Amino acid sequence: MTFWDDPIALIGQWIVDLMVQLNLPTNLIVFISTLVGVIVVASFGLIAVIFLIWLERKVAARFQDRLGPNRAGPYGLLQTLADIIKLITKEDITPAKADKIAFNIAPVLSVVAVLLIWAVIPFAPGWIGTDINVGVLYIAAVGSFGIVSVLMAGWSSNNKYALLGAFRAVAQLISYEVPMLITLLIPVLLARTMGMMGIVEAQSTWFVLLAPLPAFLFLLSSIAEIGRTPFDLLEAESEIVAGFHTEYTGMKFGLFFAGEFLHAFTVGVLTAIFFFGGWRGPFLDQLPWLGVFYLMAKALLGYFIVMWVRSTLPRIRIDHMLAFNWKFLTPLSLALLIVTAILDKAFEGSGSHTIALFAGNVLIFLVSLVALRQVSRRQQAARKPFKKRKVAKAPAAGKAS
Amino acid sequence: MTPIQGVFLITAAAILWSAYMVVTRDNLIHSALYLIITLFGVAVLFVLLEAGFLAVVQVLVYIGAIAILMIFAVMLTRGDVDKLEQVSIANSGFVAMISILFFSTLILLMGQWPAFSSTAPELEAGRDTVVELGTALVSPKGYVIPFEVASVLLLAALIGALYVARPQGKGK
Repeated sequence: MTFWDDPIALIGQWIVDLMVQLNLPTNLIVFISTLVGVIVVASFGLIAVIFLIWLERKVAARFQDRLGPNRAGPYGLLQTLADIIKLITKEDITPAKADKIAFNIAPVLSVVAVLLIWAVIPFAPGWIGTDINVGVLYIAAVGSFGIVSVLMAGWSSNNKYALLGAFRAVAQLISYEVPMLITLLIPVLLARTMGMMGIVEAQSTWFVLLAPLPAFLFLLSSIAEIGRTPFDLLEAESEIVAGFHTEYTGMKFGLFFAGEFLHAFTVGVLTAIFFFGGWRGPFLDQLPWLGVFYLMAKALLGYFIVMWVRSTLPRIRIDHMLAFNWKFLTPLSLALLIVTAILDKAFEGSGSHTIALFAGNVLIFLVSLVALRQVSRRQQAARKPFKKRKVAKAPAAGKAS
Repeated sequence: MTPIQGVFLITAAAILWSAYMVVTRDNLIHSALYLIITLFGVAVLFVLLEAGFLAVVQVLVYIGAIAILMIFAVMLTRGDVDKLEQVSIANSGFVAMISILFFSTLILLMGQWPAFSSTAPELEAGRDTVVELGTALVSPKGYVIPFEVASVLLLAALIGALYVARPQGKGK
């Protein structure tokens, strides 16, 4: 086996051999190599976020017809490092009567909640932190730590706006978790497994062809889960200062920021894994590590869509946000799940499997369009017409003089 | 001592400590936060027992839903927190006695059960426990009737909640 066949396995083997030569007990070797794996996967995410912040600022600038960061380093690449140094040297303020422990744990927890997802991301054939058989459920479970961190931050700040932001966050994150989880069931259903590796391996035809609408719904509800524009009600600066992180300064604010950016990219990675074939691509048999590039390329595409939406759409109103979720997204995702399950079983193994599922999606899309049109018409009919206001008449010209 | 045993001891100590904190804190939100640590520790124990599905469900259901709902309830009833404190502290000696009694009875009863002291058998390699659980839940030989009864019950609860929360006096 040469180095370029599978570099990670080779390096791992080298570390294990080194420890075997030192005559360490087997248990300890397993423990240390697992620990090294954890550190590598976690650092990958944390280092990637430095690049992602630069990327997002650059892309957002282009959308707004600006140049973006361009002073520190070539193309402004060192801008984020400069920002990190600035954030670390800033004064670290804890508000009076804040709950100190919860206040300080919350930003760490918000990053950890995202990093935990990376434990089950399949990078390439055989490259995965841990291939547990409940991978999809695990992703849903660790997401709840993010909600807890937002709540802790909002409550412990001893600030009304922060608490309001936390309330909004809980309402939004819990609501949008429902359609997200239901749409996640569809790749599980098609792949017949909840393991992340199994889902990627089952995608000889990408699931986006079998389930285009669920892919869209997953991306949409995920954007709401990150709390980005147009769903940034939890930190709406025109209404509640900065929401749950109003009181945070310096690197503690930076951690929330980094967690959000990493989460946005993770959403891209998850969309790529569940619907766009993950690490699948040409020449994988010769060079398995190419899978990392395929996965990252697909993930960046998803991330670009998230950035695109963020730079384009205005913030949604809070009652619209909830109504959109409960009256539209949730019923639609339930209908999609039922139709996908029936069609998948009915056309199992036949040649028209892909076509049938795709047609089912198109049909649901058209039906929901018609339904939306009806609702919109009814709302417009019910809207009260504008009353003509009484306007003060200008005094006659002769009287004034 | 294997590393697994080390992890178990640390987790067990964390569970006991945080469980003690849950019942002794004055601040209800602190109690709720310590409860999250306790529940997470139990999830870690499930992982050590190779019950991955249970561990994930533990986190999803308890930490994801109940802990958050609890914090929510506490926040919305903030005015009553001071009254609640005194109630919980007044009877602490009595409560401690009852819990020690309950715990020792439980240990005594469990000690007579033969499985209590035997070691768990190794899982056969290549068995997908999640698939087996799923099949057992919907197969007629397994638990299909309790499963369906539970889902009907949940549906009834859902409809009931909708009925109660429905705006009054507006249309039908």
